[in-house]
Amino acid sequence: MVRAATTGLGWLVALLLFFPILWTVLTSFKTEVEAIAFPPAFWPEGWTLENYFQVQERSEYFSHFLNSVIISLGSTILGMMVAIPAAWSMAFQPGRGTRHVLMWMLSTKMMPAVGALVPIFLIFKSVGLLDNLVGITLILLIGNLPIMVWMLYTYFREIPSDILEAARMDGATTLKELVYVLLPMSLPGVASTMLLNIILAWNESFWTLSLTAVKAAPLTAFIASYSSPQGLFWAKLSAASTLAILPILVVGWISQKQLVRGLTFGAVK
Amino acid sequence: MAGYQMKRTARIALAPSVLLLIVGMIVPLATTLWLSFRFYNFMNPTLGGFAGLSNYEFFLTDPAFLQAIINTLLLVGGVLAITVIGGILLGLLFDQPMWGRGIARLLMIAPFFVMPTVSALVWKNMLMHPGYGIFAWIAMKLGLPPVEWLSNYPLLSIILIVAWQWLPFATLIFLTALQSLDHEQQEAARMDGAGPFDRFIYIILPHLGRAITVVILIETIFILAIFAEIFVTTSGGPGYASTNLPYLIYVQALMQFDVGAASAGAIIAVVLANIVAIFAIRLAGRNLTA
Repeated sequence: MVRAATTGLGWLVALLLFFPILWTVLTSFKTEVEAIAFPPAFWPEGWTLENYFQVQERSEYFSHFLNSVIISLGSTILGMMVAIPAAWSMAFQPGRGTRHVLMWMLSTKMMPAVGALVPIFLIFKSVGLLDNLVGITLILLIGNLPIMVWMLYTYFREIPSDILEAARMDGATTLKELVYVLLPMSLPGVASTMLLNIILAWNESFWTLSLTAVKAAPLTAFIASYSSPQGLFWAKLSAASTLAILPILVVGWISQKQLVRGLTFGAVK
Repeated sequence: MAGYQMKRTARIALAPSVLLLIVGMIVPLATTLWLSFRFYNFMNPTLGGFAGLSNYEFFLTDPAFLQAIINTLLLVGGVLAITVIGGILLGLLFDQPMWGRGIARLLMIAPFFVMPTVSALVWKNMLMHPGYGIFAWIAMKLGLPPVEWLSNYPLLSIILIVAWQWLPFATLIFLTALQSLDHEQQEAARMDGAGPFDRFIYIILPHLGRAITVVILIETIFILAIFAEIFVTTSGGPGYASTNLPYLIYVQALMQFDVGAASAGAIIAVVLANIVAIFAIRLAGRNLTA
């Protein structure tokens, strides 16, 4: 009886929270006329895929999609190449300043992005990095780097340093020790760090809206262009939105458990 | 000498991260500080030179500034109130045994992964639209006139949108914390005759203390910087009714081209965020590296 009640309430809440997403997906299969029908038609009458084709035809949707992929994968992979050695260094070879460096890194993340907007805009403008994939990837890499270093650091610290030392005794170079011993042992941590950063980069909007226009615009910026009155086609907007959120929703669902740990740096267990 | 060698390798391994962060964050911040004391306007290239505190004066005495500060704080406070209280309640709910709990949880956390520009547009056009939106339809069913959400209650609307995105995050954190609760202690309290309310106040709430702090800190940092939701839905309006600090600085810099004033505003935003960050760093320092 109690279980039936909590089940009912739980599902009601879950469906209410999920409703805007469900509604978007359903609307993406409606015709434009049906999409703005009032009272709203819950279920699509004809289930058309037309919107998905139209979104691509009218706007080169997939080039924006590709930009999102390049930016989020690029900034994550480059970031890991920089962050893994740094996290290794601080976790296994801590010096007197390590604690301060860690805190300083975290503090840069707490600085609001607007604090750096004007100079970065001016620099990008003068060197031609505005609306450029390299520029926006670089910004996201720097923006998420502190989180990557911190997450990897918290995962690395759980690995006994004896194991790394044993590898070293056997004559492994630092690079080999890192690639063959540390990374395989901390694979879940490395994977969830990457997933969290892909999510953060995929959804990042402040920099993409300020620094990209057409060429390098990822989905966050492209979707925002629908807010102008001439772009108001709700069924097409829904199709574009569905394609934009589904891949990252799947990534998020897969990594939900690690996400708590990652976002709170393990402070909540 | 192996130790020395190792230290050197460790320093080399750390260097790229430190350099990137200095070049990418500290240099722009220092430049912003410098620009905030200069006359600099794209529209008026002849103007230049040292401005003293006049940019700060201009920014601080602008009526939009006070409004933006108030809006920024209301946005943070409102979203925090909804997500912390709602998150605790939902955490308790989803901690209970129920059929299909795994799937219900997945549906519940989904809003957290929706990109801000999408959620803003969906809420604006398909939920809050006074002519075609779901809310208008619900109002009609109840025999009420439809509400013009974004023009009549712009800040409240944005608070609702942002709270929808962050409620799942808070719930997820509280749920995780609840799972580490000692069930024997709960059981013992029940045996001693403690009702559900007493158990909540004396056992569950203290146990959630750290999780609440973490949720408040993380959300504050992100919500102080909310931008896309405002950019897409109201453009800060009507008037400045829904302009927060980041949006005001964006408008000043990239739409009114007043780099000097925008820089002064940015420094003020940084100071504001740092007041919050001091607490965050202290907590992080105590909890994470001890």
